Amino acid sequence: MNTRALTHLQRLEAESIHILREVVAEAEKPVMLYSVGKDSAVMLHLAKKAFYPAPPPFPLLHVDTTWKFRAMYALRDKAAHDAGMDLLVHHNPEAMERGINPFDHGALHTDMWKTEGLKQALDKYGFDAAFGGARRDEEKSRAKERVFSFRSANHRWDPKNQRPELWRLYNAHKARGESMRVFPISNWTELDIWQYIMAEGIEIVPLYFAAPRPTVERDGLILMVDDDRFPLKPGEVPVERSVRFRTLGCYPLTGAVESEAATLAEVVQEMLLTTTSERQGRAIDKDAGGAGMEKKKQEGYF
Amino acid sequence: MSAPSYRPDDLIAQDIETYLALHQNKTLLRFITCGSVDDGKSTLIGRLLYDSKQIFEDQLAALESDSKRVGTQGQNIDFALLVDGLAAEREQGITIDVAYRFFATEKRKFIVADTPGHEQYTRNMVTGASTADLAVILIDARKGVLTQTRRHSYLAHLIGIRHIVLAVNKMDLVGYDRAVFDAIVADYAAFAKSIGIEAFVPIPISGLAGDNIAARSASMDWYDGPVLIDHLETVELDVTADQARPFRMPVQWVNRPNLDFRGFAGLIASGTLKPGDAVRVLPSGRTSTVARIVTMGGDLPEAVAGQSVTITLADEIDCSRGDVIAAADDPPQVADQFQATIVWMDQEELLPGRAYWLKTGTSTVSATVQQPRHAICVNTMAELSVKTLGLNDIGVAEVYTDRGIPFEPYAGDGAHHSKDLGGFILIDKITNRTVAAGMIAFALRRSQNVHWQAIEISREAHAAQKHQQPRLLWFTGLSGSGKSTVANLVEKKLHALGKHSFLLDGDNIRHGLNKDLGFTDADRIENIRRVGEVAKLMTDAGLIVLTAFISPFRAEREMVRRMLPEGEFFEIFIDTPLEVAEARDVKGLYKKARAGQLANFTGISSPYEAPLNPEIRIDTTRTAPEEAAEQIVEAIMGVWSPVL
Repeated sequence: MNTRALTHLQRLEAESIHILREVVAEAEKPVMLYSVGKDSAVMLHLAKKAFYPAPPPFPLLHVDTTWKFRAMYALRDKAAHDAGMDLLVHHNPEAMERGINPFDHGALHTDMWKTEGLKQALDKYGFDAAFGGARRDEEKSRAKERVFSFRSANHRWDPKNQRPELWRLYNAHKARGESMRVFPISNWTELDIWQYIMAEGIEIVPLYFAAPRPTVERDGLILMVDDDRFPLKPGEVPVERSVRFRTLGCYPLTGAVESEAATLAEVVQEMLLTTTSERQGRAIDKDAGGAGMEKKKQEGYF
Repeated sequence: MSAPSYRPDDLIAQDIETYLALHQNKTLLRFITCGSVDDGKSTLIGRLLYDSKQIFEDQLAALESDSKRVGTQGQNIDFALLVDGLAAEREQGITIDVAYRFFATEKRKFIVADTPGHEQYTRNMVTGASTADLAVILIDARKGVLTQTRRHSYLAHLIGIRHIVLAVNKMDLVGYDRAVFDAIVADYAAFAKSIGIEAFVPIPISGLAGDNIAARSASMDWYDGPVLIDHLETVELDVTADQARPFRMPVQWVNRPNLDFRGFAGLIASGTLKPGDAVRVLPSGRTSTVARIVTMGGDLPEAVAGQSVTITLADEIDCSRGDVIAAADDPPQVADQFQATIVWMDQEELLPGRAYWLKTGTSTVSATVQQPRHAICVNTMAELSVKTLGLNDIGVAEVYTDRGIPFEPYAGDGAHHSKDLGGFILIDKITNRTVAAGMIAFALRRSQNVHWQAIEISREAHAAQKHQQPRLLWFTGLSGSGKSTVANLVEKKLHALGKHSFLLDGDNIRHGLNKDLGFTDADRIENIRRVGEVAKLMTDAGLIVLTAFISPFRAEREMVRRMLPEGEFFEIFIDTPLEVAEARDVKGLYKKARAGQLANFTGISSPYEAPLNPEIRIDTTRTAPEEAAEQIVEAIMGVWSPVL
């Protein structure tokens, strides 16, 4: 008989779709965490495929810090609308009231807006399963996390007490108040993501492509002056540089790379030729030595 | 040793479009590496990542500084540090769980499951191996085939891995001596044959020096087999083999966006599918033909094993999550009793007879595991006589499900075996933990030959004749709490009201039906199962049944609740604190238990799990038996709907 070898992208796609459907079949109230980055874009695209011709039967949730790039807010609203999905945006009211921002508050900014904000939003709506776009190749502690990652009623992750995950059999049973974080693209690498975006023509934030942008250089990071909330130091003048971003977060925390890559193929080319790993542009992994992400995750960060 | 960092393919800079086109059509191989820290497993994985250019400059810089600080290779790079993830592990120098690593060559993308080599090994390796196409069994050339080599090989074979690579590592430390390699291979071949491994590929390597990993070793010109990466790039994938078997797709989700569309979504476990193909839905057995294979990118002319699809059928037939859509002329069997191999994965040991959730494919059913026929020693493969299975134990046992499920044997040579339809997990109903993994060997014949007999006088007819609604009033509480006393009073009141009832009392049943049972946890569960079945038959006959059993475990009380139609089971908790029951000690049992003359006595040497949400709770320190009985009858009568 004729066999057809599925490509690695077809296999990854099939696995991710299977995971998305398992959650919808077994969870009471799922939600998709949507951060507007390229991984979120791929996850959302997979959700559209998994449930076609129905729209994905859950809302999108953006745990916002108010400090994302303007281009991200624009694509966020468009993507939700195009997918026919409800978009929920949560702002931590306490962070809002205290005016927590990345310039003055350092680690507290991420902790309050993102970690606390996420817990608040999940509790507020009573979601019992939340899809996240994390990949195992991103960071060492992610490599050990399950696809269905069980969280206690106060959202803690216990890396030493994870459920064994065999075959394609995911255990979604939990007690009231407990929840699951589910990672449908666990087994994708950064290159897989880019190849899939190219193959499927998925729309991503233009910030991933090089363009002239107003920037300043601080502590070895090139930061984009995205709006007038950016406090310039005395004598500091934004300089126009051709830059793009390898990952997207809060604009004051996300370093750009100087680049001329204006197309997908050129971006992938640069990525493959580059000699540093992806998360280097992000300040968040560098706290507490190599254990920064693991510690944040135990506390409830995605 | 200082290593050069990532050096990209020249084609990337010269012609990115061509490069990407080349890399668009890779296949995907998942494999597992088995060995302990000493065998150089992490070093091998680090080397594979390194040789396939997956290590970036910043990672390499971090690796070099870590190697000097906490490495085990002196001033050399310790590749093991690349793959040790969690902070706790870095401190202890061991890996504690299953981690997944990724690398790619021009032909394939690889996902490596890395599992630790210490006492949690069985659970972790079985988990990592369950999705693997291939296993790399590492041997230290200086040590040869060890007990743990046998254990790894046995587990890899047990979980159905078809491709075994015997990587004889650290050849640099034995002078690249062919005789050493040949002796180990001969030794391993004899063992492999004895446990049913028909073929394996032996490769002499050095993870540290890079011999025969990506490139042929100049130091071992006597070796003419494949180097490791070449072999990994060319071995046949399970997903390809799956396409050659008959069509099966467990239904995950029914897609009904509107009244005109009803699609069945799932991942094709085996075979291929085209519109027009005749299919059968299991367990119902109804047949139809495939109308469309629907995807967002347009309908497909054909779909194959490994793809996630949505299909529509030509006929409106019942089909829901948990069903299997299969080739009409070659469907899987349906059964509710199996023999299976079970790997226990939880701290809390197996309780034979307890009901667990069993998930296989996309269906979840209630199931009990009987006392194991035997356990298997993973070091010697000897069969051991056991009463239960603890963490990391492997055993063979009968499994009974509460309804028939479509299945295929997990392993086999012909067309009729399937990891998707033969592999299952067991989930504890109270803790929700995944407690075991299992592999179906075959269905027990008796289950296939016993059919339900249709009876014309229904349970409704029996109840109507008695002008009452059947009920099961399940009294639970400590020994001496007053269950029998209160239950007796309740029955007297029901009798006076003209109701047809029957009281099953714990002590009395143990004189007859259950006189073969003792007081171990397993026997207590069987005791309650039998009482539950008898009580259910009596409610079928239309009776109001009262039972007075300690019934200490929540899981079994829930099991009985689920045997009955919704609303017929009333859990009545006779709540008497241990001190009070012990002070009363009507039968003198507490005194004996305290003196150590009674083993497994509830409350003293065996646990009592109090009901969390009983329908009725009687606090006997505040409520006298007569008053309690009145409350119960009132509560029961209050929820009765007038009959007829």
